[in-house]
Amino acid sequence: MSSLIKSSIARKMVMALSGLFLVLFLALHVTINLTSVISPDTFNQWSHFMGYNGLVQYIMQPLLIIGVIVHFVMGIVLEYQNTQARTIKYTKFKGAANASWVSRNMIITGLVVLAFLGLHFYDFWIHEMTYKYIQVNPEDPTRYYAETVEKFAPMWRTVLYVVSFGLLSLHLWHGFASSFQSMGLNNKYTPSIKSFTKIYAVVIPLVFVFIAIYHHLNPITH
Amino acid sequence: MKIYLKIWRQKDASSKGKIVDYTMNGVEGDMSFLEMLDILNEDLISKGEVPIEFDHDCREGICGTCSLQINGRPHGPDRLITACQLHMRSFKDGDTIVIEPFRAKAFPVIKDLIVDRNAFERIQQAGGFISVNTSGNTVDANNIPIRKENADKAFNAAACIGCGACVAACKNASAMLFTSAKVSQFALLPQGRVEATERVQNMVRQMDLEGFGNCTNTGACEIECPKGISLENIARMNREYLSASIKG
Repeated sequence: MSSLIKSSIARKMVMALSGLFLVLFLALHVTINLTSVISPDTFNQWSHFMGYNGLVQYIMQPLLIIGVIVHFVMGIVLEYQNTQARTIKYTKFKGAANASWVSRNMIITGLVVLAFLGLHFYDFWIHEMTYKYIQVNPEDPTRYYAETVEKFAPMWRTVLYVVSFGLLSLHLWHGFASSFQSMGLNNKYTPSIKSFTKIYAVVIPLVFVFIAIYHHLNPITH
Repeated sequence: MKIYLKIWRQKDASSKGKIVDYTMNGVEGDMSFLEMLDILNEDLISKGEVPIEFDHDCREGICGTCSLQINGRPHGPDRLITACQLHMRSFKDGDTIVIEPFRAKAFPVIKDLIVDRNAFERIQQAGGFISVNTSGNTVDANNIPIRKENADKAFNAAACIGCGACVAACKNASAMLFTSAKVSQFALLPQGRVEATERVQNMVRQMDLEGFGNCTNTGACEIECPKGISLENIARMNREYLSASIKG
């Protein structure tokens, strides 16, 4: 078991498992967010539940943060090792002849998504922690919809979110199906997994984009 | 044809190399790529210059000795062939061709275009065999029935000639395709299952020790492999490794 922890294959498996966990989380996140467009009341109920349920707050939320950190740190470690594996570069290297741009540049799309997560945490998580634990405000199950819509009022933030979702789409395009290969799954189901990956990588970010633009174009008027 | 060549020249392992320009006139399409280099070398020798060192042996595409990075791709622009099977008809009059050695920290340059690929030998020695005493105990191979599908997959994995194109093509200089082919050719057969647990652990450990990069599933190795070794082998090695590690 100790050899597994130290090996290159194990590092890839950690990357794959943390990635798949984050992919699953995205599906939950987009589903709840979509209710903000369909039914503000439902969005408020879900958000309140996620904000105050013990299981979500003390088990799921730390797990999510650990998942993000593990995926990020392992990504950096792997990238560093990969750079060290070829210290003298080719004068001419036709990477595009045999591999897609997306698969060759996961570190770039990943770092953009990470930078976006910084903004996203500042926008919502830090705000939430301040509301609950620093200002010690009372529970208000009706506040979430207005707070969310208000965030998308500035054009710059909406544009940043849309661009980041574009990069997230590219990251998922390669990463999702790649996780199965890293876990040792390459069989008759692989073509279906690759097809599903492409649908997922387009649809999920596209729904996030739609929600951001929708709230930007439909501000709450008092 | 007139061909412009940009070739990596490096005196020895400790020297710093550089790209040197050469011009070849009268290159014919039916020449093999290595014949073209032979003619260039004859010309250099006649001028009293040091010829360009490059690896070659069978010149039939089966030994895996040639190891040229041609215009940014291992073994050149054509698929499923080694550099010795590449012909000058794949290029046009006036083309510029950049020729470099396979680049990886684990494949240090010995001279010019020759690299040391003993890292592959050491991975193979770590477990790429089955321990069978064949002296006086020869057993007919067909005594053990093997599923056709497994026999075919094992045979396809065994087609790896260990040329190193997978490492050269990979942006991370990963040796996962080579190692997985060597693991797979035994893992799929009952004779290889006896030592399967130790084999995959030892070979992966050696691969990591050699300083190859990590696989990021770009698929470049599969595309550039002259023998068409499939990425399925990497997934199989990952499964084998996980299972072996859990068993202890």
